[in-house]
Amino acid sequence: MHRFVEIKNLEKTYYGHGIFKSLKNAVKAVDRVSLGIEKKSIFGLVGESGCGKTSLVRSVLYLDPPTAGEVWVDNTLLGDLPASGLRSFRQRMQIVFQDPNSALNPKMNIQNSLEEGLVNRGFDAPRRKKQVSRVLDLVGISPSHSTRYPHEFSGGQKQRIVIARAICMEPDFLVLDEPVSNLDVSIQAQIVNLLQDLKEDLGLTYLFISHDLNLVAYLSDRIAVMYRGRLVESGSTDEIMNRPLHPYTLKLFSSIPGMEITAMTADAGNMPEFSSDGVKPVTVDTRGCHYIDLCPLRGRECAAREPQIETVHGSHKVACFKINKCM
Amino acid sequence: MKSNKNLLDINNLDISFIQARGAAHALRGIDLTIASGEILALVGESGSGKTVTSMSIMGLIPIPPARINKGSLLFKGNDLIGQPHAEMRKLRGKEIAMVFQEPAKYLNPSLKIGEQITEMLVLHLNMSKKQAVEKALEYLDVVGLGKSRRVLNSYPHELSGGMKQRVMIAMAICCNPSLLIADEPTTALDVTLQLQILKLIRNLKKQFSMGVLFISHNLGIVREIADRISVIYAGKIVESASNQSLFEDTLHPYTRALLQSIPDAEKRGHRLRAIPGSVPDAENIPSGCSFHPRCPLAQDMCSQEIPLTKDYGNGHSAACHMVH
Repeated sequence: MHRFVEIKNLEKTYYGHGIFKSLKNAVKAVDRVSLGIEKKSIFGLVGESGCGKTSLVRSVLYLDPPTAGEVWVDNTLLGDLPASGLRSFRQRMQIVFQDPNSALNPKMNIQNSLEEGLVNRGFDAPRRKKQVSRVLDLVGISPSHSTRYPHEFSGGQKQRIVIARAICMEPDFLVLDEPVSNLDVSIQAQIVNLLQDLKEDLGLTYLFISHDLNLVAYLSDRIAVMYRGRLVESGSTDEIMNRPLHPYTLKLFSSIPGMEITAMTADAGNMPEFSSDGVKPVTVDTRGCHYIDLCPLRGRECAAREPQIETVHGSHKVACFKINKCM
Repeated sequence: MKSNKNLLDINNLDISFIQARGAAHALRGIDLTIASGEILALVGESGSGKTVTSMSIMGLIPIPPARINKGSLLFKGNDLIGQPHAEMRKLRGKEIAMVFQEPAKYLNPSLKIGEQITEMLVLHLNMSKKQAVEKALEYLDVVGLGKSRRVLNSYPHELSGGMKQRVMIAMAICCNPSLLIADEPTTALDVTLQLQILKLIRNLKKQFSMGVLFISHNLGIVREIADRISVIYAGKIVESASNQSLFEDTLHPYTRALLQSIPDAEKRGHRLRAIPGSVPDAENIPSGCSFHPRCPLAQDMCSQEIPLTKDYGNGHSAACHMVH
């Protein structure tokens, strides 16, 4: 029996062009990531740009099938589904993108944008109209506006419409890829509240991706920190926020303005800083810990072997050889 | 107090943009002062007039379509409004420098970094090419890139985002400007780089006693760096105060609402207090207090009368009928 969403050893490698160069230029964007998401919970994934968050999401939804590994959603192994089965299964997994301006087709009115998926599900016109009105109402857009075009709405309203389009298919698993980072501060809170309400009302499960640690800590039940394709730390929100262990997590936490810095993270702030300029790109034959170039605790074993993500306490897992020194 | 001490003194500046479909009132009489060695943060949401403010200081507002209705913009005692282009060109880069939000967009992709930095040293300070290269290396060191000839010989695409932003800052400060305008300098950067850039700006301010106008929409970042903060809403400054008193003794309901709407771990399990509605268009600003349609305290008079900016002591001022 798996958890609702179970990702096992997921790998995504992008190969270079050409016959002989392909392996040499390969980039491992996602490297053996495993995580599980309980039904009706919010899983927060944190990391800097370029760490592989979006590659992970695309692989999980099989928009871009993973190179290796398994994705189970509700006890279905996605890799085993035939193309048609995957297509119909995908209505249960929807995604909300970061930029609502580019996520909506400017030439389609809201009604048409929203009902596109329903056409494929075989809904007739009156049923489609009813469903679109229902979801628009849920996200706080007047259904009478459904004949309008995206440019007639503000950024916050557009994001509501993108969310409406995602829940229009009645999914149970929603991936939110930085859903509020393009919005104004005063609008962000409205959308965050809306997402929480929808989760409660519709019993949704979220994979929430963000670089805003404050927001992830506020919203998530569990948090995973990703660095250069690997998970370096995961655990419940309390475990991560009260006792961050991995040096990268500490660095991330100490860089957030206004974040309450615990005694331990204050130490992290005083650790010598390494410039990020000398960091080598990760290729398929990179050995050892990916954080080694920047890590203040690095040692000999960090270069030789790759630290595995191991349980420290409860559900708290860390991938670091040196964590005993932090504790 | 408001005499020549201030590096920059903006008085009642009022700018609108004339368009075919009507005028957009971008700035509706704002007052700002910056002293040497002081960081003033201008906080506001998109469309509130932050960028128009910085562009008007730089003299980069195209007239027309823009129209300066009234007000003055005193820099070291001279009004910048109505200055001929030639005069402004001498000031820009030398006396007033700017760091933009997206370093990738503002560096010329086809010129090496060295050429881009030395260009202005040669132009403004009449240096020889050789002196300029030495000076450029010196400033790369100041911004934490080391005296690296490799950086000078790189094209922008060969540098990381954080390095590009440091190069932008080096370019901005290499002529020793008295005023640095930083327009969301950290928004496009990763969180771990943000703090480094903020520390850098703070150190530079001390080292060169520059005045800094720091523009941001992020109150968390502003709290880290600013000496004084002005909050702008729909082209009007609604509250100005020192860093400490803005956060500890918040007066204006808009500022308070902004602070309450920021999520953090402590608010878990509670709903966020969102501000209803959205930021008004500059073409369609509500009557009276422009915040009244979204304000929890709004009364009848708020929709009729524009509140005056009142001083509440210690340099803390706010424009609200409901603050006493």
